[in-house]
Amino acid sequence: MKHLKIALLGGVAVAALASTAYADGHACSVTSGSVRVLGNEFPAIQTIAAKAQECVSGDATFSSNLTKDHRDIQVAALTPNPAEYTSAIVANGSIVPLMNDGLIRPLDDLIAKHGADIPKGQLITINGQVMAVAFMANAQHLFYREDILAEAGVDAPTSYEGVLEAAKAIKDKGLMEYPLSGTYKAGWNLGEEFVNMYMGTGAPMFAEGSAEAAINNENGIAALNMMKALSEYMNPDFLTYDSNAAAAEWEAGNVAIMNMWGSRAGPITDNEGSTPEIVAATKFAAAPTLGEGDELATTLWWDGFTISTNISDEDAEATFIAMINGINDETANANADQAVWLSPGYEPSPAAVGVFASANAAPYPMVPYGGLLHTALGAELTDFMQGNESAEQALADVEAAYTAAAKEAGFLQ
Amino acid sequence: MKHKTFLWFMLPSALAMLLFIALPIGSVFVQSLHIENEKVLIEVENCVPLGGCTKETVVDIEASARLKAERPLGVYNGFGTYTNRNHLATTEIAQFWRNSDSLGAFAKQVYGLPFYKALSFTLAYTFIVTPLVIILGFCIAVCVNALPRIFKGLAIFFSLLPMMVTPLIGSLILFWMIDSRGVLGKSLQVLMENPDLSLKASPALTWVMLMVYGVWHSAPFAFVVFYAGLQTVPEDTLESAIIDGASRWQRVRYVVIPYLMPLVTFIALIQLMDNFRVFEPVVGFSAEASATSLSWIIYNDLKGEFQLFGSAAATSMLTILGVAILLAPVLIRTWRDFKGAKT
Repeated sequence: MKHLKIALLGGVAVAALASTAYADGHACSVTSGSVRVLGNEFPAIQTIAAKAQECVSGDATFSSNLTKDHRDIQVAALTPNPAEYTSAIVANGSIVPLMNDGLIRPLDDLIAKHGADIPKGQLITINGQVMAVAFMANAQHLFYREDILAEAGVDAPTSYEGVLEAAKAIKDKGLMEYPLSGTYKAGWNLGEEFVNMYMGTGAPMFAEGSAEAAINNENGIAALNMMKALSEYMNPDFLTYDSNAAAAEWEAGNVAIMNMWGSRAGPITDNEGSTPEIVAATKFAAAPTLGEGDELATTLWWDGFTISTNISDEDAEATFIAMINGINDETANANADQAVWLSPGYEPSPAAVGVFASANAAPYPMVPYGGLLHTALGAELTDFMQGNESAEQALADVEAAYTAAAKEAGFLQ
Repeated sequence: MKHKTFLWFMLPSALAMLLFIALPIGSVFVQSLHIENEKVLIEVENCVPLGGCTKETVVDIEASARLKAERPLGVYNGFGTYTNRNHLATTEIAQFWRNSDSLGAFAKQVYGLPFYKALSFTLAYTFIVTPLVIILGFCIAVCVNALPRIFKGLAIFFSLLPMMVTPLIGSLILFWMIDSRGVLGKSLQVLMENPDLSLKASPALTWVMLMVYGVWHSAPFAFVVFYAGLQTVPEDTLESAIIDGASRWQRVRYVVIPYLMPLVTFIALIQLMDNFRVFEPVVGFSAEASATSLSWIIYNDLKGEFQLFGSAAATSMLTILGVAILLAPVLIRTWRDFKGAKT
């Protein structure tokens, strides 16, 4: 997964050289076959679907189903032959179940034929085969209020210890009651916060070469204690805050520092739902580190498209051509604020600096059983966050819940 | 009715019940006895230009598909899923029992297990909300019944409103109203003179909030049933009670309530079933951190990238068992009444 970092860093470097042959040289036209897209629902993906549709003419047909619940239906929808959708738009986490069941096809031959100019960094390669073409990156990184930090007399923090100091300074000066926020909602969000924090320790989450969890150690305890310390400076309702709620708190001016999804940077600074003062003072930086380490306490995510296994080659080719057109430089630069695009000619918008600054972070672990551990984390850490049990007990609970689920799913015997 | 006629009369509904109730439950039961086939894991190397090589674990699709073809249902696990840590957790409980020195410590450890945490809330919710719904519904019905005729229509309409609101929407609206910056949450803070009061942060207050919501949402149902019942209370008996010098309260206590008793059984039956599968408020109030229910566990197993069908099936069977145990006393009572009526 190292190549993604290269892609991101490369993206900045190449930005100046914009408009390569790949950028505007494509006269795309799909006149036969069927293109059916399943994906998440947010502006960048809506844009891609619309651009992909522009290619489709003549006898070819196009349909798309963009929904927040795409992960719940993707396996069932791609299993029958022919599959309900020819392409599923996925991320690090959601590609795994599709690969586990062999529902998406290797793209090497299609790339050789139609996408030779796609940079290697965008190709998600597993076991020597390209399984997805990534088009955007996302990561939780630091959002901070320049004005409040200046008033409190602290610099923008680079470590979580610094975040705590800044929060203390802001609270002591009476500038804000709860200066921190985050996506700590019980369930997936809380699990993701732990994974982010744990990445800051640089330790692996699973025992080498097996599906056994390895988080019940001093690294896990350090991560949990930091989460608990941060939560002391958050609104007491923090276990109900997802990214919508946290973003709303930010726009209302109640929060000075938070580690938030890069994809929210654009919407938060779009001058809608907030005051000009807050928007002007909102700055982005790399995710903080945990302790003195170099590892950023966040995970790097990509979104990319895949092509179903259970469809005709004609449909696969039609879908590939349409989707490639959907993610080109033209789309990226016309919608620069919607995402941190990976296409080579993309010129990053100011809202993208946080993700670029976090490009050295570890990618979200793409192991087949990662999702099961994530679910266990989201459910079992709440007792600890509410102060009802010790960090050791919480981590032991997580491992026990994960082990039971992994046995049932066939990953552990 | 002759037995043969009765049989023919019942056949269509019996067939439908077999097809749509018995068969699905049977299939869920079979599912709950199986776990998934072993996933064959292999380590592969991913090499990229400049990025070097990294090792990654992936599922060997072909080997796993072969296993699946051999055993499409998965591996037979008996009641293993029922007894594992995420369900009845028999091993863990035995261990807690041996190692804990007090009953309190034991209970606290058991409460830390997901199934028992959910069961505690589900049972508490069922046994607190059900009687409150019956009492409140009865009070509203008696009050509305005593209103002058012209106000009745309006009063009935407003009393029914909570039931008309979709549960998820109703709970979401209340969720934002009781937020520490919402209209109800803020008012409570002022009333209690405690600026840090948050209904969402404390588990105990979350339970109270969910139960208040449950009563608010279900009371109209009890009200409608009781109100209909009140229209049939025999005037003669009431009048003779008045002549005997019974007060208003005595008339309600000794005439109306005994007369409406069968309706109480009916509402209790429906509400016990409804409340035992409490689900929407847990999601609507984002209360997963403090209160989970059996239905919520099933939902949690089935959503997201990984679906744990065996686990969800086991929890479903345990829920059905729970409903059966809960309803047994009421059903036995009804059966006795029926037998009594026959002789």
